[in-house]
Amino acid sequence: MLSPFRVSVIVLSAALTLSPLAYAQSARPPQSGLHKDEKAPTAPAPRHDISGTWVPANGLLDGIQPEGVKAMPNDGKSEHQLPYTPHGLETYKSHKPLIGIDAVAPAFFNDPRDKCEPLGFPRADLYYLRETQIMQNEYKVAVLYQYGEAWRVIWTDGRELPKLVDGGVLVGNEVREPRFYGYSVGKWVDDTTLVVQTVGMMPEDRVWLDITGRPISDALRVEERFHRVNHDLLELTVTIDDPKMYTKPWIAMNKFPMRLEDPHTDVMEVYCSPSEMEKYNQLFANPTSAPAGDTPVR
Amino acid sequence: MDKKIALVAAVVVVLVGMSMPLFAHHGTSVFDTSKTLTLKGSVTAWDWSNPHCLLQFDVKNEDGQLVHWIAETQNPGNMVYAGWAKSSFKPGDEVTVTLVPAKNGRPFGHINQVLLPNGKTLDANKGLTTTNDSAGSSGGSKPDNYSK
Repeated sequence: MLSPFRVSVIVLSAALTLSPLAYAQSARPPQSGLHKDEKAPTAPAPRHDISGTWVPANGLLDGIQPEGVKAMPNDGKSEHQLPYTPHGLETYKSHKPLIGIDAVAPAFFNDPRDKCEPLGFPRADLYYLRETQIMQNEYKVAVLYQYGEAWRVIWTDGRELPKLVDGGVLVGNEVREPRFYGYSVGKWVDDTTLVVQTVGMMPEDRVWLDITGRPISDALRVEERFHRVNHDLLELTVTIDDPKMYTKPWIAMNKFPMRLEDPHTDVMEVYCSPSEMEKYNQLFANPTSAPAGDTPVR
Repeated sequence: MDKKIALVAAVVVVLVGMSMPLFAHHGTSVFDTSKTLTLKGSVTAWDWSNPHCLLQFDVKNEDGQLVHWIAETQNPGNMVYAGWAKSSFKPGDEVTVTLVPAKNGRPFGHINQVLLPNGKTLDANKGLTTTNDSAGSSGGSKPDNYSK
């Protein structure tokens, strides 16, 4: 039986797919007349259109970001140290990630991801950014992430970004609840660049920034800059501004290249299943994490 | 040496980077990444599941006793891109598994590659490092319209 969440995704996807604008400019121009080894010239970027299925241009690991956010991996190098506030550092130290310089064994982590919690935003950009389907019409841009089959909507209909207030965001006169994927508003700053602001994400005990346990809070503001360089190339830049956790804004993803994929591609699901996770922990994670002769129990 | 199931070889020190496994769900802390083992065994189960696929197989040790091994790969979404599938193994398949062993000496490991009965080799790390230029789809998914 379909859950309400899945029904919502199906309805949203169907609505956007059927929209006359969805994928309107994704079809590649004809390339007939080329020799076998001759590469077709890349077509220019269409105006105000980032729709399509996009994949990391430099391989899957680039999007998975297994060492932490792409532009600032958590590798101990001085140039990658984040500007933590005291509270940010304390929060980071309370996290027990499976990857990074402070990684723990698989049986001892506390990453919400492995309890099958939603990744949330901006972690959806900063971890496991794989085949990403973007659909748009005149009112909104929908981003469909592969991990967890999660989606979010970026409004491009001219509305204002909600104001951050205690306990959530202010939409008109109404205080609205925090969301895993926040509240997003986008504006075209030129023909090929969509700048998106997002606020209203979950508090620090619900979400992490990346797989290495970097923290975020409900004071977070994120700027995404989607720049379509040409027909086949999209660059994504993500800036983190969280005064509770960091003393200044910093760039987590810098012109991250994504390449347009065959529009017929059927994206494979990547999910977190509590039952499969439990089986994995029992069969593999717990016994490999134990000293010889001892098996920890989560 | 037993023709069907035999522990073939032994611990091989590998050059760093030559066969370093790739980990996207968890790190390398429980594995001895300075070593690889090559084991011949008989498949008992193949779990095509998240967060990691698990290959279970029995290996006869030097004393003639069966040792049950469990070795992981990446998740299905990564493995399919490296040419793996839910149908890659069935119980009873005789395979040769090259893996990075657990530090604690238990029969667990992270798979680098598997030699199948038909002589084909499945590389567990291939998918994550492949770029779009060398394969049609970089996400493990396939251009597919289903049946028309």
